[in-house]
Amino acid sequence: MDYQTVVGLEIHAELLTNSKIFCSCSTTFGREANTQVCPVCMGMPGSLPTLNKKAVELAVKAGLALNCTISDNLSFDRKNYFYPDLPKAYQISQFNNPLCKDGYIKIDYNGKPKKIGIADIHIEEDAGKLVHAENGQTLIDYNRCGVGLIEIVTKPDINFAEEAKLVFEEIKDILECLKISDCKMQEGSLRCDVNVSVMPLGTQTLGERTEIKNLNSFGAVARAIKNESQRQIEVIKSGQKVIRQTRKWDDLTGKNTLLRNKENSDDYRFFPEPDLPTIKIGKSFIDNIKESIIELPRDKKVRFMKDYLLSEFDAHLISRDLNVSNWFEKAVSYGADVKRISSFIVTDIRRLMKEKKLEKIPFEPEKLVKLVSMINDGVISLTASKQIIEIMFESTDAPEIIAKKNNLIQVSDENELDLIAQVVLNENKEAVDDYKKGKEKAILYLTGQVMKKTRGSANPIVINKLLREKLSN
Amino acid sequence: MRPQFTVSELLKILKSKNASSVEITKHYLDTIKRLDDKIASFITVCESRALKAASLADDKISQGEFSGLLGIPYAAKDNLCTKGITTTCGSKMLENFIPPYNATVIEKLSGSVLLGKLNMDEFGMGSSTENSYFKTTKNPHNLSCVAGGSSGGAAAAVAAGLVPFALASDTGGSVRQPASFCGCVGVKPTYGRVSRSGLISYASSLDQIGVIANNVSDAALVLKNISGQDAKDSTTVSKDFAFEIKGNIKGMKIGIPQEYFKGEICDEIKEKVIKSVRTLESLGAKVEQCTVANAKKILSAYYIIACAEASSNLARYDGIKYGFRADGEKIEDIYTKTRTDGFGNEAKRRIMLGSYVLSAGFKDEYYKKACNVRNLVTECFDKCFEKYDALITPTTTQTAFKCSENKSSSQMYMLDFCTVSANLAGLPAISIPCGLDVDRMPIGLQIITNRFNEQTMFDLAYALQQELKLNIKPEIIGDV
Repeated sequence: MDYQTVVGLEIHAELLTNSKIFCSCSTTFGREANTQVCPVCMGMPGSLPTLNKKAVELAVKAGLALNCTISDNLSFDRKNYFYPDLPKAYQISQFNNPLCKDGYIKIDYNGKPKKIGIADIHIEEDAGKLVHAENGQTLIDYNRCGVGLIEIVTKPDINFAEEAKLVFEEIKDILECLKISDCKMQEGSLRCDVNVSVMPLGTQTLGERTEIKNLNSFGAVARAIKNESQRQIEVIKSGQKVIRQTRKWDDLTGKNTLLRNKENSDDYRFFPEPDLPTIKIGKSFIDNIKESIIELPRDKKVRFMKDYLLSEFDAHLISRDLNVSNWFEKAVSYGADVKRISSFIVTDIRRLMKEKKLEKIPFEPEKLVKLVSMINDGVISLTASKQIIEIMFESTDAPEIIAKKNNLIQVSDENELDLIAQVVLNENKEAVDDYKKGKEKAILYLTGQVMKKTRGSANPIVINKLLREKLSN
Repeated sequence: MRPQFTVSELLKILKSKNASSVEITKHYLDTIKRLDDKIASFITVCESRALKAASLADDKISQGEFSGLLGIPYAAKDNLCTKGITTTCGSKMLENFIPPYNATVIEKLSGSVLLGKLNMDEFGMGSSTENSYFKTTKNPHNLSCVAGGSSGGAAAAVAAGLVPFALASDTGGSVRQPASFCGCVGVKPTYGRVSRSGLISYASSLDQIGVIANNVSDAALVLKNISGQDAKDSTTVSKDFAFEIKGNIKGMKIGIPQEYFKGEICDEIKEKVIKSVRTLESLGAKVEQCTVANAKKILSAYYIIACAEASSNLARYDGIKYGFRADGEKIEDIYTKTRTDGFGNEAKRRIMLGSYVLSAGFKDEYYKKACNVRNLVTECFDKCFEKYDALITPTTTQTAFKCSENKSSSQMYMLDFCTVSANLAGLPAISIPCGLDVDRMPIGLQIITNRFNEQTMFDLAYALQQELKLNIKPEIIGDV
């Protein structure tokens, strides 16, 4: 029997606000432990939360971008549980009335568009962090405690591991492009848990699901889902039942292990947070946010494919990063060769940005436009252009200066090349004979020799022509 | 010096320079030293701080500054956070807890002189201060009787003349009931009138800071000085009122809810309250019998909601960050031992009750039902206030009882019978003395008005106080 995998995602994204969600402490990452805390986020007796409006704006923005219905009222609930990183022993979250509901996101999986439902998006506060010291002690850093989060819960509309990865990436791209979250997985500002179940292909009833935690990269999401659905299929095939569990993924071993059984499902004793009154969310508040939503990455991709005739691959890579896509459109606005520009971006520029850990392209688009025109005018070779781009990441020089300084200007002047061509012919009698005997390939060898002597600066097309003329005389 | 002063008298004395704030403060510190061994109303007395604050106030006064309650001594219930001063909440859990911040109300009275922190039932849970980890406060009118609770320390201190007024909190009657037991005036304002920032939470949707004072005008004056919207408490509301007591009650419509004049209330109290109502009628008020809602069900709903919120509010006392910690191998052991040893029985009872009513499978049956009752109660009161300016009930079902009585929990809970509905509906309510019982123990009368209509409440209370002219000074004050 074949099985269908069913996946739902729970994505936690820290909101990109300067201060925490219920107090005025800074949210800056990486500061000395417990230096960004106050009585409120430490849950000291008598302290009360006060809501950060910016956090609500960002959450509404996420809801609108993911096509959700925004609730008329904003209310919070307490989620009660004991853990040392949770100083109040309850998390202020939303349970009864999530801020955003019933949305969807469009993705293109295997070239086909698909809608994935968003069940809800709710606001909550982050917890602190446990630090396990070398001496066996556990220390607590409350700097992160009280940073505003949204939890985006998708519907179980995902059927493939790679599809789940794509949904996660698409959501990340949206959150990043709208500056809702900085989405830094390595800093924990973006996290994803997956719910996985399997059911016989063609059936409708969902199987028992497990939740997988500790997914630290997009790749890990896909790998963990593949692994877990396989594990569940094996469990079923061996005649056993899948049990509702929380499991922990280990990306090094490629396996997940049991964290805890959920049979006695956690009882968080949710109830309305009495310290935060319910707030009406006005239409104008939502409308203002609506206006601030810029073109989303996927819409941009579709437009790039239509307007600039980019391949889906190129369009996807360029549109997902706001800095890069703006840069691209600026370059294109100068009337440059779109194909060459996009190809430079998706290959050399993206590689170099990654290598140098840059978030922005370090030179103006005008320079790439110039470079492309130099190629098209035969001033430099394609090979030379790749060297020039690398230098452009380091130097502020214009591409033509770089080309000159590094002797990368292509020589196309026949008079200049004539002597070298003659020398090569004189030095390679054998190849000349071969060519005259009808061996067409010999001309490539001779061209190569000229290129060698000119250290790559000769225009190969001109040399080829020059050599043929000389040999036919 | 005379043993008991009102706040307005003290302000006059300071203004006329008949005495300095330091002299006044010394008088109260001396009185505390003389009497509090017997009364046990203070957990902490901050003598040197108080004298420093008083001399600072004197400096300001000598420069011609007169604002608010500058230079007036007072004390605060020990669940109001005071920067640098131990704030125990009456619990072993916070026995050594020194807050690094002041409650907003303490900030607002920063020109006044804080004499110390007052005894209370642990976390505000109780009606007699017998649930205090430290001691049981005695009733100044009869030292073998309780002072009431949970703000028993505050009421007893005011009644015995140890402080001119006290700040306390009221979750289900914790200001009004002890004020009634001790023959003081106790006011619980509208929910949202006074910032709760720095008040150690018991049940957040019910808690409100109030005042215990010697008379109605003092209570109003203090309330004026501590109320107002606060950025640190989102549940505060910006609503001003003049706090100018006129006492003209002619034509006011008063409702007498039948539910609070039945078998649960002792006859002497009913009689005295009815008599006072007649007095108000003679002053021109129009009195009518009315009904609100089943008072017993209100009491049940109150205890479910209060305990539910308490179970969450008190969960933070886990021994990890501050306060009492019992050692243990694993984190679960630390939690269990800390909370087992750190909380008293009543706190544990309410935490368990609250956890139960919120737990899956029982939440609909208890917590949600209680919330529905709360909504209905609120509607009932709203309807009443379409018709009446105020409602009058007894404050308590009985007068102060003996310390040794060992009442059961449910008997204790019954003491809140008359007071909890004002908390559930967020209404202002005041308790004022209206007579003495056969054992010469004070009887309290409660006036409830509509949200943010403290004006009417004070006017009625003042009119009655002026008409009754009660002299119910406890003997202990005089026996020096």
